[in-house]
Amino acid sequence: MRPLTEEETKIFFEKLSKYIGENIKLLLDRPDGTYCFRLHKDRVFYVREEIMKLAGNIARKNLISMGTCFGKFTGSQKFKLHITALDFIAPYAKYKVWVKPSAEQQFVYGHNVMKSGLGRITENTPQYQGVIVYSMNDLPLGFGVAAKTTQECRRADPMAIVSFHQSDIGEYIRSEEKLV
Amino acid sequence: MADLVEKVLREAAEKESKFKTIEVEKEIDVIIDEGNLLVCDTNPIDFKLQKKNREDYLKDLSRDNTQLLINRIWQLPTHREDEVVVAELPDVKTLIPREKPIPKKRKATKWEEYARMKGINKKKKGRMVFDEQSKEYKPRWGYKRANDDTKDWLIEVPQNADPFEDQAQKTKVPGVGLTPTIAPSKDHLGKALAIAKKSTASIGKFTETLPKEKPSKFTGKKRKFEPNYGDVKKENTKQLDILNSVLNKTPILDVTQAVNAHEKDENRSSSKRQKTDKKGGKGGKGSKGSKNNSQPKRGKRNKR
Repeated sequence: MRPLTEEETKIFFEKLSKYIGENIKLLLDRPDGTYCFRLHKDRVFYVREEIMKLAGNIARKNLISMGTCFGKFTGSQKFKLHITALDFIAPYAKYKVWVKPSAEQQFVYGHNVMKSGLGRITENTPQYQGVIVYSMNDLPLGFGVAAKTTQECRRADPMAIVSFHQSDIGEYIRSEEKLV
Repeated sequence: MADLVEKVLREAAEKESKFKTIEVEKEIDVIIDEGNLLVCDTNPIDFKLQKKNREDYLKDLSRDNTQLLINRIWQLPTHREDEVVVAELPDVKTLIPREKPIPKKRKATKWEEYARMKGINKKKKGRMVFDEQSKEYKPRWGYKRANDDTKDWLIEVPQNADPFEDQAQKTKVPGVGLTPTIAPSKDHLGKALAIAKKSTASIGKFTETLPKEKPSKFTGKKRKFEPNYGDVKKENTKQLDILNSVLNKTPILDVTQAVNAHEKDENRSSSKRQKTDKKGGKGGKGSKGSKNNSQPKRGKRNKR
């Protein structure tokens, strides 16, 4: 367990800012306590300071998780966001995509969102913008990347991909062993 | 017998009178400059004789002096050249002024003056140049030239690369490492030492160190991380700084968004124009109704 280096922080924030923009500040500056990001076994954890200090007592080999895992650094030093971060990212999301109840299952099984399954989309969403995927009753389902702008979505045909799949809550079951 | 002797003596006397002797006596020795074939007679002139017969006197005088010169020439080392006896004249003693003045030195041109002031020396360029890549000498110009920069005249820009980036600079051949220099600096020596120590089969694991040797500065960087239990507040402010730099990188003007906005504007204005046109026209009602059915609904569905 160690703090992120400058380089890692930059990569991590670049990825995170695609979803929540400058709202990352709210994650760092919290009125209810000091929170920090810690790297452990290539995974980035968002932990309260006290818990982090307690976790320091556990041997590195034995420490599995602490706080919330936000994602992991791949072998090529790219950051991959995990679904576990959804609870912290969804409230600050800048761009959202709502999927119809019929398309919910498709998405949760790890597929892209088609135009036919698109319920709503935030206006002025740029292309390749990180988006949070919601069900129609505002339950966050996962992360995606906008494949088309809002304008283009209107004219797209029903089978066209609207949002690329990044991560969804189905992963809690599908890739349970890989998450942490 | 007596007649014969007399005859011979007379003839000899006649001969002697006819040819003057080669011995010439002078009160003051004449100065002879063999190199210039010059004789200077410093004896005073006999004015009585001169008045009597000037021409004869001068003739005699010059004859005597010439005889003296010729006598001296015969004393010089001689040799035969093409059946002619030649004397070797020594260096001149009398300096004779030249007919024409000594030629003046050419005035330096403006460039020469400037080069002299700046200390620019003309250097001759060799025809062959050392080629870094093939490590051999090649012609400076022309076919198969050294350090050929005309070979890779076109480099494809990769799809995801910055179009304004210089690809030629990116694809540089890596250097050969530390090259020897005439006057190596302290750092250069330190680096060379560090490399030399590691250049063994076991990467310098068994290289012995001197008794008082300091650890090298050039052994490479060690990873260093912040302390885990450091000041978290400080850490957060540091991260906020990084965040600001990350956010500043994204352009303020989003091109696609701007284009979309412009498109939308144009659509609106054109539809307005259509509306006004159709109001004026006869069959406006039907088309107007269809428009109301289609466009706003789509907007409602998507904009939220």
